[in-house]
Amino acid sequence: MGTVSVFVDKAFKSGVLNGEQPGAVLPPDKLWESKKNGLVIIECPQRIPCNPCNTSCPAGAVKPFEDINDLPSVDYAKCTGCALCVATCPGLACFVVDLSFSNERALIKLPYEMLPLPDPGDEVECLDRVGEAVGPGRVEAVLEPLKDSTKVLVVSVKKNLILDVRAVRAVN
Amino acid sequence: MNEKHSEIQEAEILVIGGGAAGLSAAAEAASAGAGVLVLESDLHLGGQLVKQTHKFFGSKDEYAGTRGFLIAGKLLEELSAYPDKVKTMTNTAAMGYYKNDGVVTAMRGEEEYFKLKPKRIVMATGAQERLIAFPNNDLPGVYGAGAVQTLMNVYGVSPGDRVLMVGAGNIGLIVSYQLIQAGVSVVGILEAMPNIGGYWVHAAKIRRLGVPILLRHTIRAALGSETVQGALVESLATGERFQLDCDIICMAVGLTPTAEMLWQAGCAMKYIPELCGHVPVRNKRQRTTHEDFWIAGDAAGIEEASAAMIEGRVAGLDAAASLGYSVDENRFDVFAERLNSLRRGDTAAKIRSGLEKVVAA
Ligand SMILES: Cc1cc2nc3c(=O)[nH]c(=O)nc-3n(C[C@H](O)[C@H](O)[C@H](O)COP(=O)(O)OP(=O)(O)OC[C@H]3O[C@@H](n4cnc5c(N)ncnc54)[C@H](O)[C@@H]3O)c2cc1C
Repeated sequence: MGTVSVFVDKAFKSGVLNGEQPGAVLPPDKLWESKKNGLVIIECPQRIPCNPCNTSCPAGAVKPFEDINDLPSVDYAKCTGCALCVATCPGLACFVVDLSFSNERALIKLPYEMLPLPDPGDEVECLDRVGEAVGPGRVEAVLEPLKDSTKVLVVSVKKNLILDVRAVRAVN
Repeated sequence: MNEKHSEIQEAEILVIGGGAAGLSAAAEAASAGAGVLVLESDLHLGGQLVKQTHKFFGSKDEYAGTRGFLIAGKLLEELSAYPDKVKTMTNTAAMGYYKNDGVVTAMRGEEEYFKLKPKRIVMATGAQERLIAFPNNDLPGVYGAGAVQTLMNVYGVSPGDRVLMVGAGNIGLIVSYQLIQAGVSVVGILEAMPNIGGYWVHAAKIRRLGVPILLRHTIRAALGSETVQGALVESLATGERFQLDCDIICMAVGLTPTAEMLWQAGCAMKYIPELCGHVPVRNKRQRTTHEDFWIAGDAAGIEEASAAMIEGRVAGLDAAASLGYSVDENRFDVFAERLNSLRRGDTAAKIRSGLEKVVAA
């Protein structure tokens, strides 16, 4: 009997982002490169009645919603990379990317609600938007900003992977 | 019949169903001063919420960002402020309604029957899962998504090792995520439509964990003799059939509102496909055409907990007002606006069109 790997559908309508669009935009390059602690990337391109990214943002960087169905949009000048939205978002759609970490490597702060929980220093497998392994990452820190079981993993990866890595899998 | 229960119990407001809608109705009615009795057929209060380990979407007013089971806890805490007003009975199902004298019959456990004579009734009985027909769908290993969730999240029992999910609505997507959290592998999700029915972000979070979603595919048969060993799947685009290896087939193909008692009460009912079944005609305050009955939550049309909680509050408040308790009329406007804003988005177009057909001005 078969498995489905051969059929992997990468269509947007099956839940895979393919390029920037409203509700899923990248920070402006220049600010991003120099911003210590990183800037948020939100991938939420569908109008749904949901606003915790805005209500949880202590810096006022996720702009107020006129209508709860609005797509999120970010005032990047205000974003501090604190990752509270990463921990709050029910859709697990917020990520923070810090390009200032080192010359070759960037930090990605991503939500993690799986077992086993890796420890700082552990190597993890980085996964792209369809779960394919795209390279190793190193766990630099394990945070739990809201103390509500949703962890935020701070993972360093090679800079060329920042647009692809959106999840990690513990290896061992 | 048990002697001690042969007496008819009185209640000002009877809330049938102790889920998101029912608990909200009870809290609101009690806050206005009304006495409330909540009947819940399950062993515990909370309805669907108790199985939801994920964070809810929605707005802060409806606890967005909070895990579902914790929302149930918050509603119960709210109720605990009215110990003299609210009584709850679990393991107790409302069985029937007698129109000529307004008596509700109920069953506690499996053999204790009793009668109730409430002044007002809020129906908050939620929904039932739909199943689809295919050969061998009675094999052990074929489940509804609700059963899988109950096993896993209420009783801590893993349903199996490799799950094929049928249906990519929010329930199929979220239960898939929870299965992965429980260490169960999800071999794929079949969806007959050309796009996912659930929220895009819920699909994205399982896609990045490597779960394929097969659009325009359906299940044709469960394979195996004693238990499920696989599934026969068909592409609706090409007609091609193939077999998938799995030991659990989990159906998340939709829900149907349950409010049978409203037929017994003679409420005007309408079949509204957008609301997923037969639902009562009602006014903006959730009152049905039988003036003693209100409706709220999934029983009024399949929607979300956020809307169910607000509808429950509207129903509870209006039922209390109808008994002469003084209520702050502004609250109705606040609730109406909160419902409107939840329903304004693209994903709620179906709900809007369904409600148009069944809510009297
Ligand atoms: C997997 C999943 C994920 C979800 N995620 C979200 C989400 O993220 N955000 C969101 O807003 N919503 C979500 N929902 C939807 C939400 O759970 C429901 O819309 C909500 O629970 C409906 O509340 P309710 O009170 O109408 O019904 P229920 O929660 O179903 O409660 C009805 C209660 O009535 C009881 N009952 C039924 N008949 C009787 C009777 N005759 N006598 C006594 N008791 C009776 C039942 O036992 C039940 O406890 C999700 C649902 C599922 C299944």
